[in-house]
Amino acid sequence: MLDLGRKRFRPGRLFIYLALALGSVVMAFPFVWMLLSSFKSLREIFRFNFWPQVWSLANYQEVLLNTQFPRWFGNSLIVAGISTVSVLFFCSLVGYTLTKLRFPGRNFIFLLILSTLMIPTEMLVIPWYVMATEYGWVNTFWGIAFPGLIPAFGVFLMRQFFQSLPRDLFDAGRVDGVSEFGLYWRVGLPLVGPGLAALAIFNFVGNWNAFLWPLIVAKSASMRTIPVGVALFSGEAGTAWNLIMASAALAVIPVLIVFFIFQRQIIEGVVLTGVKG
Amino acid sequence: MSSPPVKPRRRLSLSSREAIWAYIFLLVPLGFFLFFRLWPAVQSLKLSFFSWHVDPEARNFVGLQYYRAMWAEFQARGDIYKALRNMLYYFVLVVFGQVSLGLVAALLLNSVERFRSIFRAIFFAPYVTPAAAVAWVWGWMYSVNFGIFNRLLSDWSDWVTGIGLPWLAIDPQPFLTSPAQALVAVSVVIVWQQLGFQVVIFLAGLQGIPRQFHEAAAIDGANGWQRFWKVTFPLLNPVLVFSLVISTIATLQIFDQVVNINFTDQGGPLGSTLTLALYMYQQAFEKFQIGYAAAVTVLLFAIIMVITLLQLKLTQREVEY
Repeated sequence: MLDLGRKRFRPGRLFIYLALALGSVVMAFPFVWMLLSSFKSLREIFRFNFWPQVWSLANYQEVLLNTQFPRWFGNSLIVAGISTVSVLFFCSLVGYTLTKLRFPGRNFIFLLILSTLMIPTEMLVIPWYVMATEYGWVNTFWGIAFPGLIPAFGVFLMRQFFQSLPRDLFDAGRVDGVSEFGLYWRVGLPLVGPGLAALAIFNFVGNWNAFLWPLIVAKSASMRTIPVGVALFSGEAGTAWNLIMASAALAVIPVLIVFFIFQRQIIEGVVLTGVKG
Repeated sequence: MSSPPVKPRRRLSLSSREAIWAYIFLLVPLGFFLFFRLWPAVQSLKLSFFSWHVDPEARNFVGLQYYRAMWAEFQARGDIYKALRNMLYYFVLVVFGQVSLGLVAALLLNSVERFRSIFRAIFFAPYVTPAAAVAWVWGWMYSVNFGIFNRLLSDWSDWVTGIGLPWLAIDPQPFLTSPAQALVAVSVVIVWQQLGFQVVIFLAGLQGIPRQFHEAAAIDGANGWQRFWKVTFPLLNPVLVFSLVISTIATLQIFDQVVNINFTDQGGPLGSTLTLALYMYQQAFEKFQIGYAAAVTVLLFAIIMVITLLQLKLTQREVEY
């Protein structure tokens, strides 16, 4: 089974493919079941047919028209948009500064940023909430987005990408009279495109899925993000599983689409932060 | 060439100019980390020693009162006892489940060439989806009367009874409604969702092991099993430590799945799925026991810090290949 070198052993190979196919079915089944069920009527849902007898969009219609789902969708996009702009700019700037500029305290600052990774979000939400009420950030986009504007993980990722660029490149730019900001903006940034892409996707997915903090800070129904909206809607829907599946599908499908388009960048990003870290 | 004495002075001014720009670039990000990360963490620590009041001036020092209350609650086998006990169960089920299954899946993937990236993508897909939404899907599949699992069990039982083997029949299971099964059921969901991350990490680790090592071992007459334990496993050690630590820290913070898989009964029957994060949330945002909840988060932080330091110590032994 674990023969890595030989290729002749056919039956073993077949067994491996069978095991992988079975695993894939298990992994994909909840999504398939969710999607199929979202097209069924409530009556049909309790009959357990695999395929819907009538493919109906009524559940989606109900969720999209009778809840604030479109609004939550927009909120999620706005929050993810605000944070992505900030994350791309600041994480790359810090990554660049920590690798390509020499200054006293460079390692200390990097360790300081890295050490914040140890602080669990749970430890921060109470002071964040106190802060948000004090400054009137509850129920605002800023309130939902501010904790994620500069993630330490993003700094770490961008630092990895900048580390591989030769310093001579920037010294040459300096000789040519490029300003310090220009060195980052016009010389550095274009060379870390793949890193920026990975970071943008990670950040989008992370924001799209975030639950604990938006649940705390988005008090009014109109300010909820998708996971919070879907969760609270599902809590009220009782056993209307067809509606719950439609709303779950609306939350899951966009991020799955993003994933399958960018899966190479996403997986490479995971590998880069994980193994080479 | 005509003015060599100028050179050192210019270099010096260049490097201090560089440093000044560095500090300018770092000004906003450092302010962010200090104001939104470090300061709130210190604040949580502070809140755990003071009675709660909206006005900071009116908060009184209460010493270890909340920590003593936590200890008393623990000794009385109250919710914090359940939460900590559950964390141990989650650790065993979720961490070992996902690390061992992830390693097996990665080994399988590593031994095939065709369709590898498709399989990898399918395994990884659940990891990127919102935990809150997929928990609803699983919660429904686990439903005692309307769920597919019990439906499959009853179909199976009908079938085996039909062919004359009734002793193979399995009764419908209570799943989330049973204190004995709820935590296992939630753990399955979490393992399902996190597995792809482990697969990707292990697969990268496996691909980083030079082929010659396996070839050398094969020439020495080692079989597949020996090659795994004597070559692959030791060389994979740093990756294994990393994945253990990452999954342990993530497990300590389980929240989304537990809240959403059974919305009417948060924390499961008799608190059987309650986690430390959910306990903190209930104390802070439902019961408004701010100081006490802050003390709980300090405990969580302490646990995570110990694990991280342990990791640093473990990975200090460098593996060369």
